[in-house]
Amino acid sequence: MEHAVETTLTVNGIEVTRRIEPRRNLVDFLREELGLTGSHVGCEHGVCGACTVRVDGEIVRGCLMLAVQANGCKVETIEGLSDSGELARLQKAFHDRNALQCGFCTPAMLMAARDLQLKNPKASREEIRTHLSGNYCRCTGYQAIVDAIEDVLHG
Amino acid sequence: MGKAELPLHAPGTQLDKGYIGQSVPRANAQRLLQGRGSFTDDLIFPRLAHVAFFRSPYAHARVKRLDFKRALRSPGVIGVFDGRAVAEYCKPWMGVLAHLKGIRSPEQHAIAIERACWQGEAVAAVVAESRGQAEDAVGLIEADWEELPAVVDMDEALAGKVVIHPELGDNICFKREHDTGGVDEAFAKADVVVEETYNFGRHTGVCIEGRAILADYNAGEHSLTVYHATQAPHMMQDIFSRHLGIPEANVRVIAKDVGGSYGIKVHVYADEMATAALSVMLRRPVKFVADRLESFLSDIHAREHKVKVRLACTKEGEILAFDLDDLTAIGPYSVYPRTSGIEGNQVVNLTGGPYKHQKYRAKMNVVFTNKNVTCQYRAVGHPIAVALTEAIVDRAALELKMDPAELRRRNLIPDDAYPYTFPSGIKFEKLSHHRTLDKLLELMDYKSLRAQQADFRKKGVTRGIGLAAMIEVTNPSPAFYGVGGARISAQDGATLRFEPTGMVTVLCGVTEQGQGTEGIFAQIAASAVGVTVDKVRVITGDTGVTPYGGGTWASRGAGIGGEAVLLAGRALRSNILDVAAVVLKMDKAELDIVKNEVVNRLTLEAKLPLAELGRIAHFRPDTLPVDFQSELTVTRSYTPRQYAFTFSNGIQASYVEVDPETGFVKLLKHWCVEDAGTVINPMLVDEQIRGGVVQGIGAALYEECLYGPDGQLLNGNMADYLVPMSSEMPDIVCAHIETPTKQSQLGAKGVGEAGTAGAPGAVMNAINDALAPLGARVTAMPFTPERILVALRKI
Ligand code: FES
Ligand code: FES
Repeated sequence: MEHAVETTLTVNGIEVTRRIEPRRNLVDFLREELGLTGSHVGCEHGVCGACTVRVDGEIVRGCLMLAVQANGCKVETIEGLSDSGELARLQKAFHDRNALQCGFCTPAMLMAARDLQLKNPKASREEIRTHLSGNYCRCTGYQAIVDAIEDVLHG
Repeated sequence: MGKAELPLHAPGTQLDKGYIGQSVPRANAQRLLQGRGSFTDDLIFPRLAHVAFFRSPYAHARVKRLDFKRALRSPGVIGVFDGRAVAEYCKPWMGVLAHLKGIRSPEQHAIAIERACWQGEAVAAVVAESRGQAEDAVGLIEADWEELPAVVDMDEALAGKVVIHPELGDNICFKREHDTGGVDEAFAKADVVVEETYNFGRHTGVCIEGRAILADYNAGEHSLTVYHATQAPHMMQDIFSRHLGIPEANVRVIAKDVGGSYGIKVHVYADEMATAALSVMLRRPVKFVADRLESFLSDIHAREHKVKVRLACTKEGEILAFDLDDLTAIGPYSVYPRTSGIEGNQVVNLTGGPYKHQKYRAKMNVVFTNKNVTCQYRAVGHPIAVALTEAIVDRAALELKMDPAELRRRNLIPDDAYPYTFPSGIKFEKLSHHRTLDKLLELMDYKSLRAQQADFRKKGVTRGIGLAAMIEVTNPSPAFYGVGGARISAQDGATLRFEPTGMVTVLCGVTEQGQGTEGIFAQIAASAVGVTVDKVRVITGDTGVTPYGGGTWASRGAGIGGEAVLLAGRALRSNILDVAAVVLKMDKAELDIVKNEVVNRLTLEAKLPLAELGRIAHFRPDTLPVDFQSELTVTRSYTPRQYAFTFSNGIQASYVEVDPETGFVKLLKHWCVEDAGTVINPMLVDEQIRGGVVQGIGAALYEECLYGPDGQLLNGNMADYLVPMSSEMPDIVCAHIETPTKQSQLGAKGVGEAGTAGAPGAVMNAINDALAPLGARVTAMPFTPERILVALRKI
């Protein structure tokens, strides 16, 4: 830890300061140092999307961003957005439609869905499918996920 | 195209019929939706150590020297171990079963000793305070290797010029031949004989959660608790016990949330056994989570078949015989304890499965190669058997100039012919091929779709329609593994406990990896006992608390575990009514339980809330007659025994557009009509089918583990190994026929593998239907744009 860098960031509304090894990526930091295990690690090379979190209002891949790069940033995770109620409608639609099986991809899928809802609240079915293409799900056939998001956007 | 119809919502609806058949959202999804699940990698323990493996960079090589000096000095390192050190704590194993006659495999160790037989086989382990530190130290291990000739190609393996395991004499793991007799005669008298060879690429499961295990050895009590992303906790308990020399009663395996499994997480993995052994050696908890690159190198792969098939039929389209020759390669070891012989065996069992021909001959060779091991992955053998059967049937239709749906109709086993023994020897209790076919054709509006296809053709748009009928192994009896000597339970038990508050707790040996097992058990228990579904809690995946059972594989969870829950629920209802009868001083026959209340059976008048009954039974039994003892915890078990397997059936269709300029396939729509007996929760069943279809589409279009001639995996990462994304997938329409099995009261057959079994064949036939007017045909999966362009002679 001799090269650790003091980093201060806001996570789900709470300011935290830690000395962080420069090589530590954001999702590992959230999971292992802060115990926020709702963000998952599926590939660590930026493909599967399971590590999606929100940094200063934009969704990012937590495995492609170093934790020290989040210095001064506002980071939000599935835990924070669940507690604030921001995801409540999406979560209910996912539950009603069984838009998850194992649930490993689900927190990130919800983050991506919320991002779409904010940026393109009238997205078509095709646009929903395209927007989710950076998030792999290996259990569902994606259809229930698309249905659930469509319910929220057009419901 | 659009949203699936929103299904019925419980709780509360149609309670008189119970929850069976209703789309109840599952309670255990709530924590996952908030990121508050508990996956194995989420667990953190005091003194937790992490392991990383030093894996062979060569497909086949002797380890001449391993030098750990620098690794041992690396920060945070607790220990570095080679195969010999670990072997002192963990006995090797051999993946053979007695009922697969003649199957052979060499011994496999937790960490390879002296020789690595595939690129990615671990030859040393580093344990450190963090995974990062362990990986740093792995990079400091020095090794001298002597490269050995690698056998990569299946045909070369069969020819046996280079033998991987000299003690076995050749590269054959297992072979099987089957012959009804009369095959040559059938071919001789046939009007039409078609023959084709199909290739199926290797692919793998790509669970988004990598394999994960946290083993926690307690030296004080010589006990081992293993938190394991597994489908079969009791099987693993037995294996940890026997191979680590710890009494079985001292081993507890807990499967918390599991991030996808699909058969990947039901096998014994050397690196996981090593992790457990290292926990014993170091007397502290040790965790291993496979990262994505090592998942590609070490999660089981599957398929890789080359199959020549011939079909004989009359000019009226009556199929007379199938003749099959399957060659499949499994890597250097048969995987323990289920063996790697099952997939090929299934291809022999199932080829031609939906049809009524009587003559069948099959030959199958399973060979060793120096690639990663293969074993049972979702639908085991079915995707191969279905695709090659359905492709050759379509080939015959082409030859006969007959509509493919019509040719199938003429040959599907009649719905009134059951029970039925198929020429491969398997037995069907009751199937519904004709009803599923009719339903499918109606659902997809087959005639109009054909007309539409013809219109598009005139406009120069190349579209194709493909059908694939299928049979599927579900609810396996002990004939699958037990008879071969594997200590894998085909039976499952369920314990139901009536709590003082009127709640019901269900404990079952079947596990949950997202299929909705816990949700349907709650539905079954609630219906059987007479409570609302919110009154039920379900606990699975813990050998310390659940009844013994097989876990989740071979589409057995609902049919076997569900039946045990149903039987236990009925027994509990009866026991609750015994209590009610003494409390109310009424005849038990006059009473019933409806919506958490004991009621008068005839008038439905409320007599006693279950919460009050629970209070009396648990806290004031002194107020009951002295000779009365309540029994509010019951256990029941179930094993299917009348049939080796409870076959289900179904049929799928795919509608595609092929771009002859780019070779790209666009999936327009997909249909699946399935008969899985009693449907417990249509919403769960449908999305499980869709997920399976999408995995099957992955196999047909995108997924392949590509190896170079030296046995190096060329695309072992998520960027290069393609899996289906949401934008490429079609909407998938599901429908059901329900032919309940009579072997159980619930009547459920399995459904988890159906989608994967049939989709590749349907997509294959659709692509070839599209290509037919262009004089092209593809036979090697996955059907990449390149392969399609080659078939079109464009490149
Ligand atoms: S873990 Fe970050 S994209 Fe896969
Ligand atoms: S629900 Fe399992 S990966 Fe999406």
